[in-house]
Amino acid sequence: MLAVILALIVAFFAGMEGILDQFQFHQPIIACSLIGLVTGHPVEGLLLGGQLQIIALGWMNIGAAVAPDAALASVASAILVCMKGSSVSNGIALAIPLAVAGQVLTILVRSITVGLAHGADAQAKKGSFRGVEVMHLTALMLQGLRIALPAALIMAVPSSAVMSALNAIPDVITKGLAVAGGFIVAVGYAMVINMMATPQIWPFFFLGFALAAVSELNLIAMGVIGLVIALVYLQLSPQFNKSSNNGGGSSNGGDPIDDILNDY
Amino acid sequence: MAEEIKLSRRDRISVWWRSQFLQASWNYERMQNVGWAYSMIPALKKLYKNKDDRAAALKRHLEFFNTHPYLAAPILGVEMTLEEKRANGADIDDAAIQGVKIGMMGPLAGVGDPIFWGTVRPVIGAFAASMALDQNWMGPIIFFLAWNIIRMAFLWYTQELGYKQGENITKDLSGGLMQRITTGASILGMFIMGVLVPRWTTMHFPMIVSTVKVDPKGQVDFSHVTGGNATVDGIRKVIGQIQGGASVTPEKTTTLQNIFDQLIPGLMPLLLTFLCIWLLRKKVSPIVIIFGLFVVGILGYWVGIFGA
Repeated sequence: MLAVILALIVAFFAGMEGILDQFQFHQPIIACSLIGLVTGHPVEGLLLGGQLQIIALGWMNIGAAVAPDAALASVASAILVCMKGSSVSNGIALAIPLAVAGQVLTILVRSITVGLAHGADAQAKKGSFRGVEVMHLTALMLQGLRIALPAALIMAVPSSAVMSALNAIPDVITKGLAVAGGFIVAVGYAMVINMMATPQIWPFFFLGFALAAVSELNLIAMGVIGLVIALVYLQLSPQFNKSSNNGGGSSNGGDPIDDILNDY
Repeated sequence: MAEEIKLSRRDRISVWWRSQFLQASWNYERMQNVGWAYSMIPALKKLYKNKDDRAAALKRHLEFFNTHPYLAAPILGVEMTLEEKRANGADIDDAAIQGVKIGMMGPLAGVGDPIFWGTVRPVIGAFAASMALDQNWMGPIIFFLAWNIIRMAFLWYTQELGYKQGENITKDLSGGLMQRITTGASILGMFIMGVLVPRWTTMHFPMIVSTVKVDPKGQVDFSHVTGGNATVDGIRKVIGQIQGGASVTPEKTTTLQNIFDQLIPGLMPLLLTFLCIWLLRKKVSPIVIIFGLFVVGILGYWVGIFGA
């Protein structure tokens, strides 16, 4: 019983963070690990969290666009894995449809919140700070319930029913989903790349791609290399050295790089 | 006007704390407007004491607002300075206060997205996830601490910068320094993406393309070690033949995977990533692409092109 309550609290926090995007309780690596901890299946939670985090790496809300929802995906699949006995690979396959369901729910709540914004206007007319605060925090509660209610619903379904439903799925589908889970990460990478890519930045992607074959270099070493390259680029790029490059280099006439340098 | 009202450090900490809840009532009509007003309330409470002033202040801070949730911090700082001056009798009208908000939110949103969503979160997330997959609990712990320390420090220092420098910071933030940070972050982010694409995208092609009978001379002669002949010398011979490149099976099979690996390791993940980038640029929704890949995975596994 305590596990159920704690898991619901985790779900509520994940739901709030799904909109706030500050403390990151909705990220799979946090939400799944926490649900694993409170339900007594820490290793499953941690592994699920790690794998889902890789898939969700590029899911981000930009402007008014809503990304697939990491909150419902991680909370609901962690409940299935840690409380209903589903396998980690099934949990990952189910996470994707859950992310879509969560996306629909957050769009719904964001629309309902228009009403609360009008409520805040009315409170503002009365000069009531308290009233505006209540409207604001009510909306936050709705976002928390957006995940906590579906989580409670899934928990209420008996494990045997969940397992027989999962077992009823033909092998070729579950194995195929597991295979697809291995390369669905590419969508997340594409989202991140799409946001940052400029002609000047593309070469660094290919440098990373080539160095990836050197298996002795772990991610920390790669992080150091990337950071050093970024710093050196900023020091050398004429774009950021408008004043310092005016003095030198005028002797090499006809050099195209030099012409660019002189222009700055 | 008797005494000048100043916002204390305590008031600014209170605004800083509340700004973390900026998006709580995000709505499709005016987006972060209520969250903005909610964040400003500690300052407005201090500056305006009578009901009409408060109502007017709330009204002007409930206008449309939307930016990157962390880059609202410097704007909050600037607006606190403006409100402080206004409360002390300076001639700053509603249009000026709204204008500063609108003028800053666009450029700053463009700065926040590549830094936080494009670089810091994927990079820390990738480190943490790789630790979690090794069953190391430091993964989630490091992710949570590193992210929140960076985020909270950023919110506080940029808010203070905005409060102390006023409107001038728009120039600093969207110009030189911020552009350097955005470019540097994008380089690191793109580099790490280049590493992750071949390393973490799992695509196996076990389909057998060709099976060739190996000439008996090229095969390992196992007669040295079978039928009770297993002497140390016999084993030595077999190992010698294997090291010499002889085939241990009578047939040599080549899978699709072997062919791809000979070209460039990670070529297929790279092509898949490019396909996704192209589809996203064609405005195909990420969810549609993900479901499409699920269908490809199931069909491919069924046909036997893909393997676990």
